[in-house]
Amino acid sequence: MRTRMMLLSAAAMLAAGGAQAQMSDGVVKIGVLNDQSGLYADLTGQGSVWSARKAIEDFGAAAKGLKVEVVFADHQNKPDVGSNVVRQWYDVDKVDVVVDVPTSSVALAVNQITKEKNKVFLVSGAATADLTGKACSPNTVHWTYDTWALANGTANAVVKTGGDSWFFLTADYAFGHALERDTEAVVLARGGKVLGKVRHPFPGTDFSSFLLQAQGSKAKVIGLANAGGDTINSIKQAGEFGITAGGQSIASLLLFITDVHALGLKTAQGLVFTESWYWDLNDANRAFAKEFAPANKGNHPTMIHAGVYAAVTHYLKAVTALKSDADGAAVVKQMKALPTEDKLFGKGTVRADGRKVHDMYLFEVKKPAESKGPWDYYKLRATIPAAEAFRPLKDGGCSLVN
Amino acid sequence: MFELLGVPPQALFGQLLLGLINGAFYAMMSLGLAVIFGLLNVINFTHGAQYMMGAFCAWMLLEWAGIPYWGALVLAPVIVGLTGIVLERLFLRRLYHLDHLYGLLLTFGLSLIVEGLFRREFGSSGLPYGNPMPGGTNLGFMFLPHYRAWIIVFSLAICLATWFVIERTKLGSYLRAATERPELVQAFGINVPRMITLTYGFGVGLAALAGVLAAPAYNVSPVMGSNLIIVVFAVVVIGGMGSIMGSIVTGFALGIVEGLTKVFYPEASSTVIFIVMAIVLLLRPAGLFGTQR
Repeated sequence: MRTRMMLLSAAAMLAAGGAQAQMSDGVVKIGVLNDQSGLYADLTGQGSVWSARKAIEDFGAAAKGLKVEVVFADHQNKPDVGSNVVRQWYDVDKVDVVVDVPTSSVALAVNQITKEKNKVFLVSGAATADLTGKACSPNTVHWTYDTWALANGTANAVVKTGGDSWFFLTADYAFGHALERDTEAVVLARGGKVLGKVRHPFPGTDFSSFLLQAQGSKAKVIGLANAGGDTINSIKQAGEFGITAGGQSIASLLLFITDVHALGLKTAQGLVFTESWYWDLNDANRAFAKEFAPANKGNHPTMIHAGVYAAVTHYLKAVTALKSDADGAAVVKQMKALPTEDKLFGKGTVRADGRKVHDMYLFEVKKPAESKGPWDYYKLRATIPAAEAFRPLKDGGCSLVN
Repeated sequence: MFELLGVPPQALFGQLLLGLINGAFYAMMSLGLAVIFGLLNVINFTHGAQYMMGAFCAWMLLEWAGIPYWGALVLAPVIVGLTGIVLERLFLRRLYHLDHLYGLLLTFGLSLIVEGLFRREFGSSGLPYGNPMPGGTNLGFMFLPHYRAWIIVFSLAICLATWFVIERTKLGSYLRAATERPELVQAFGINVPRMITLTYGFGVGLAALAGVLAAPAYNVSPVMGSNLIIVVFAVVVIGGMGSIMGSIVTGFALGIVEGLTKVFYPEASSTVIFIVMAIVLLLRPAGLFGTQR
């Protein structure tokens, strides 16, 4: 009996050891989880699925003998829905890596599950800097941007030009809270003050009431710590209620090109904001957009789409180098060890806390007369070098550092 | 000056007025639902999608045909109303003899399809629609955009006109009679099925009209209706299913309740209407203005 047990466990160990030398079940399975139908669907959605597939194609996975599959799902911006999908993916469908996941509350849940199951989580859509701070995980890489970088870019620029008193309009969930917190820190550190804040339900439609409170505060700057449709409605209604005409300015802390497209340049002109990628910055980006647009009903890629492309590319490099995708933490360790290089973000690194580091850009929305047509929307105001663009490693409170 | 819980009265007046403006949308939407439920006994879940279609129709008229806002205000409700009539002829009329649930399921399914089609065609971020009346007046306690003032005046006029037609005219009396005893009214030589079709078209037109009103103020997007419809259903339940005046008064009143919540505890502003609904259902199950049927 005892011998049989020993033989069995030895066989089990051998089998486990054997599986480690190759891809789990022979396939690298990528799960793109994002908003496919709601207010973030244009800035993530099918565009991210397309970008993941494009990354696999450009990587030449098939030629390298790597079998890669992509699945996708809609998390409806709800943490419970997202968690269920991801558990199903990991436990039943043999998904190895989850990509994108906008909506910080959902991303934080996926972050936790991924760590439990020792898989890989490549964040492009979500913003909260907690993913590489107090919630950091050895299984997560945060690629495109985060709330700290947005606050650092935009709030610094705004305070420097005299906008030293702020009122926050904040989406009432993890993302909004993180963005408000990080922006407030920058404003206070620069000697500015925060006169008030109001937290609106997510998603919202009518912001006039909150805008009126912001107007009454007499703050010079109204900081919008929200995203997507909420930002669009806030800016549209701020124009209607004469906020900008009355001398207050709007700081849109997170703005995507699809938002600018939805607002129209007449309403959006002059907005200053921070992003990590714009399709018209260089030839490689333009080439990517040229392929992206026809496949996505003419929409141009957002920085999130570019981030999905780059993150998947780097993931495939790490898996190829390791010759295994079985151990999530080992793959992420490899991703941190390898320097990153791709056509959209150029050269960069992934830090110990999981933060991908690259330049950030301060953009301004063009005036209608300056734009050559649809999607020609941004003017580059400043480049924030990679070394200054993200929260210093020691300040995040991540347990993986030291 | 006195302060109420730390909010100066000027700010409070402003918020009350804004609440009233939002209430105008609730009132117009719930009015359409009440008219349809009153006569067809159908809980029209496509109402949100039809509101969205109204806004998109205004956008299409502007972009594709160059017809400005004022033309869209007349044309869009007619066009969307016609699609409603087609819908009633093709599908809804087959369900009148069945339980409410079937109508609800059909209209809910249709609204998902319509929203999906618009999302596929136009994306989810929405489309820009210019403000036809830029500028505003400083009322002392707040800056009131001309367009918001127009919303409130126009929707009040529409609501009261609808109430007047249904409650105070001969046509309205036919409608109300057909609701109570369709066979008897038919026996008097009135074409009840046609009346029902036109009523549904009218209710849908009201939703589309609210959509056109919303286009310059809110983001024109495929999900704009589903954001609103749940609240509007709560309004209808609170006012009493099928009560015309009830839905108008409740719409405006709940707009104000919501507006005040946005001042004192903004986090709860999306929930407060449902709290009111729960309380009303406990105390008066038929709604504030409804009668038990």
